Amino acid sequence: MQPTQDVLIPEVIQQIPLTYYLIFSTALFVIGIIGVLTRRNAIVIFMSIELMLNAVNLLLIAFSSYRSDSSGQVFVFFIMAVAAAEVSVGLAIIVMIYRNTRSIDVGLLNKLKW
Amino acid sequence: MLPIVLLSVFGIVLLFLGFMKSKAILLPATLLFLVITLAVNFLDWNKSYLYFNDMLRTSNLSMVFTAIVLGSAFMVVALSSRFMEEESAQPAEYYGLMLFSLVGALMMIGFENLIMLFVGVEILSVAMYVLTGSDKRNLRSNEAALKYFLMGAFATGIMLFGMALLYGATGSFTLAGVGSGANPQQGISLLTASGMLMLLIGLLFKVSAAPFHFWTPDVYDGAPTIFTAFMSTVVKTAGFAALFKLLSVSFAGLYPWWWTLLAIITALTLVAGNITAVYQNSFKRMMAYSSISHAGYLLIGLAALGTQTKQAIVFYSLAYSVATIAAFGVLLLVARQRATQTFTSEGVMSENFDAFNGLARQNPLLGFAMAVSMLSLAGIPLTAGFWGKFYMFSTAVERGQIWLLVVAVLMSTVGIYYYFRVIIAMYFRDGATEPIQVAPFYRYVLLAATILTLGLGIAPGLLQGLF
Repeated sequence: MQPTQDVLIPEVIQQIPLTYYLIFSTALFVIGIIGVLTRRNAIVIFMSIELMLNAVNLLLIAFSSYRSDSSGQVFVFFIMAVAAAEVSVGLAIIVMIYRNTRSIDVGLLNKLKW
Repeated sequence: MLPIVLLSVFGIVLLFLGFMKSKAILLPATLLFLVITLAVNFLDWNKSYLYFNDMLRTSNLSMVFTAIVLGSAFMVVALSSRFMEEESAQPAEYYGLMLFSLVGALMMIGFENLIMLFVGVEILSVAMYVLTGSDKRNLRSNEAALKYFLMGAFATGIMLFGMALLYGATGSFTLAGVGSGANPQQGISLLTASGMLMLLIGLLFKVSAAPFHFWTPDVYDGAPTIFTAFMSTVVKTAGFAALFKLLSVSFAGLYPWWWTLLAIITALTLVAGNITAVYQNSFKRMMAYSSISHAGYLLIGLAALGTQTKQAIVFYSLAYSVATIAAFGVLLLVARQRATQTFTSEGVMSENFDAFNGLARQNPLLGFAMAVSMLSLAGIPLTAGFWGKFYMFSTAVERGQIWLLVVAVLMSTVGIYYYFRVIIAMYFRDGATEPIQVAPFYRYVLLAATILTLGLGIAPGLLQGLF
């Protein structure tokens, strides 16, 4: 995990050890997971998933900066673009459900069991 | 990689064809597009090329997987003819989305870089979320779409975190780079181990392996049957192609670290899928659990990764896809007829096992097609499913994983019980059935699936020389 020599790492990033970024994004990610598992409002679950994705983005940027390798940042662009596409489909599904049931509580969705 | 470009263009063309007054052209056009793509796919035969700045690679294996996926899609589309005639249906969008999701499947099959794996999984999944919820007024379909979407996005998040950790550990997104960076000469680092684990969890989620299978029955049950057939064949095959590529190229050197875990997941999947399938009353839901159990059989080959795995996975996914499509094809007809006969709420009852009572007397062809596909799924000799299981089990023998083999054999005997329920209902129960009208083309597809299942069962060597 040591940065290779003779490559410029931005000063600001260097002042904070990489481990901190790792711990921080893991914490964000875990908050996201807990949100998905415990919340019942579809929009809030959705937000938690976005939080997970952004934790990944942050982690990728940190690794990418420390390694002075641009491919991690390119990946972040892909994630953002795909997440935007996913959001549009997800919100459309939620709107569709709201039209039929007047609610977006996932606890009410119990037609399919066993 | 011409197929990916072609399918994307064809998908857009289909959307524009939807503007035309007559919808009759859409189905033949889609079938034609799929045949063209299938033919173009084999242009690179016996050559291995890297495409798009080393993002994708074609090999004979990837071309065979692509052919299975495109062939399954062809059959599903061919069976969709009457479903699409319903008034609320929007066939242009459905077919367009199916082609787009195939683009994702092809990327999952041919990826050489984790970025492409992620983008492929997402293209496939996002299209499937929409198709699952395509029956907009039906609450069951809505619920399935939301569950699929939330669980799928959750799994994607986990998979991405795994990729990020692997990138941190190895400094690369390419399969070869990850493989050499994760070289376990002096033990496996925590970063590599957790990254690999999360990436695998994300993918196992997509192929519905236990304990990540809870979304599968609900989604398969709630989605319109034709898209359930699409999901359980195309998505599963593409998912296993991706898993195989990842494990055999990048993580082959780490085999001692992951095989125990994967073997436990395999055993769990087999037990969960088969045992729960026994208790189902709905045929469609039984097929969902059956697809979980078949994910378990396919995982045996991965947990016992060896020289025979490649062949075993190709054969098994082909046998499974063909049999599943035939079963869903018959179910589509039967459920449609039953729904008109008796009053049922949202078509639920029409998909029960009882719907098949006495089917074979008036409809010998449908009964036969269904019986053959059930026998194949149960793994009875003289069908393709038997050889699929045989190859899978022999990979486990090769690695000496006897306990896994015992679990698998026990569970496949459990499987015989619920697959034979359908056959018994069709041949030995009484039920009010009139002959079901089957369109000629529909009949050819069912016949082709049946012949393929029997042909591969009698001469399994047909496929072996190919790659």
